[in-house]
Amino acid sequence: MALILQPNIPDQDGFYQELLAAHDGLGKAESDALNARLILILCNHIGDREVIAAALKAAK
Amino acid sequence: MTQSRYRLAFELYPYRKVAAQDAPVPERHPIVVVGAGPIGIATALDLAQRGQPVLVLDDHEGIGEGSRAICFSQRCLEIADRLGCGAAMVEKGVVWNVGKVFHGDDRVFEFNLQPETGHKNPAFINLQQPYFEKFLIDQVRAEQNNGLEIEIRGRNRVTALEDRGDCIALSVDTPDGPYSLHADWLIACDGARSPLREMMGLGFEGRVFEDNFLIADVKMTADFPTERWFWFEPPFKDAGQSALLHRQPDDIWRIDFQLGWDIDREKELDEANIRARVDSMLGPEAQYELEWTSIYTFQCRRMERFRHGRVMFAGDAAHQVSPFGARGANSGMQDAENLAWKLDLVIRGLAPEDLLDSYSEERVFGADENILNSTRATDFITPKTEISTLFRNAVLTLAHKHAFARPLVNSGRLSVPCTYDGLSLTGEDRLAGGPARTRPGAPCVDAPLRDGFLLDALGSGFTLLTLNTDAPETFAEAGIDVARLALGADDDPTGALSARYLGQAGTAVYLIRPDQHVVARWPAFDETATRAALRRATGQE
Repeated sequence: MALILQPNIPDQDGFYQELLAAHDGLGKAESDALNARLILILCNHIGDREVIAAALKAAK
Repeated sequence: MTQSRYRLAFELYPYRKVAAQDAPVPERHPIVVVGAGPIGIATALDLAQRGQPVLVLDDHEGIGEGSRAICFSQRCLEIADRLGCGAAMVEKGVVWNVGKVFHGDDRVFEFNLQPETGHKNPAFINLQQPYFEKFLIDQVRAEQNNGLEIEIRGRNRVTALEDRGDCIALSVDTPDGPYSLHADWLIACDGARSPLREMMGLGFEGRVFEDNFLIADVKMTADFPTERWFWFEPPFKDAGQSALLHRQPDDIWRIDFQLGWDIDREKELDEANIRARVDSMLGPEAQYELEWTSIYTFQCRRMERFRHGRVMFAGDAAHQVSPFGARGANSGMQDAENLAWKLDLVIRGLAPEDLLDSYSEERVFGADENILNSTRATDFITPKTEISTLFRNAVLTLAHKHAFARPLVNSGRLSVPCTYDGLSLTGEDRLAGGPARTRPGAPCVDAPLRDGFLLDALGSGFTLLTLNTDAPETFAEAGIDVARLALGADDDPTGALSARYLGQAGTAVYLIRPDQHVVARWPAFDETATRAALRRATGQE
């Protein structure tokens, strides 16, 4: 499966709000750690090394 | 004496002494509207056109200056059209479709509203608020000439009110001194600082955004295209966190600068300082005149409920949003049309007073949707924390290259009317395969007919719209008449009517409210179900 770079999340504004709400009250180090955990969880969910490699490239 | 709080763009209802001021007994009116702004006038017009005499009181003698609300939505124009003044607004307004989003010097992406064809009114127009208001007042004058009872009293300021159970007693101040009035029903359209709300001691809770916006309307004959240009972190000198450039009629351009919280208002409003900012944005060679400037702050908040006995609140008096998305005046116009038909039925004795509670229920629902959308836009445009700034800038960076990030860019979600899903008056959806956009609770979507447009063909009362199927020509339930609008394939030259109202279905029957929202729909006429839906839609179940 190829990396999806077209819009794919329903209710984008609700998603964005939920994402930022997860960081409410966290300091910089805690937020960074949350982001790291989140990335690891999502990568595991994807499970496809080619897709993850393409995502890493797209993010650079 | 009444003091003036602002300068006028148009003096339209100068103070004149009326006999009621010397009456030994207070004059009694079925409906008094306080505030002759766009929402007050639209409400008064709608009620007067339904045959109700309306008195409008305003503490000024005309329309305040300044472009203020400049962006009017399709639904708002459809409401104005039903009231008789939409065409004049569209003719004067500027139609726009393309928006460009910048981050600093970089163009992130552009969008095209690509308005769907087959609507009488455009997706949006830009029009200075004083023109919008003046077209409404012009319509009032036309209706007065047609014999409708609608009166505007300028420099009549309400100073006190008392709920006497069977009426509201008002004390009104004028240049000739105070007098008293009694109103069966009072509609408060007296703006975000609503003095009536204060007098009644009612709360107005919400979130304050600590920010100042500088508006500069500049007049120039420049070559800028008719587009909405929005900058995150604008590259021009001292432009603040965001900036907006948008065209209005008469060669006027609206420029907004987001200045932050700790500013010196006097200094920022100094013409030399404003010119320095505008020069930096438009380039040193731009020739322009400053037409109007202002600094404003905003809050996102609403009243807990919009009905308090015989007093109803509408527009900014009831709810306030951030400017992102043009959801202030546009939602206020929807308040007006929601309230007018309900109050008319209640006064005629055709619906119980409880129907007015559905005004509050539905418009609180709408206000919450608007507050949510405008709050999210504000949080995106002005991130409040380091991490939210980081994510915001990541979205903008990704949006350059990747389509998925563009829908996340939020410079304001433009006003669309809400659908009253699952609320008290909304009925059943029995139309299998029917389009979601016209489901019960939704406002009717316009469509071209063989002659004219669908929304023009809907009556001022309840309508039974039948598509490719039969139903009685007229029918009544509990004294309320329902007019049939029978349409078929011959009436649908473009196929839009079928796409918007039939979807996968071959036939359909829609019960439609006087404010053009769908009550319920079925594949064929069902008398028992239609009667039940009509009772529900008029607060009788």
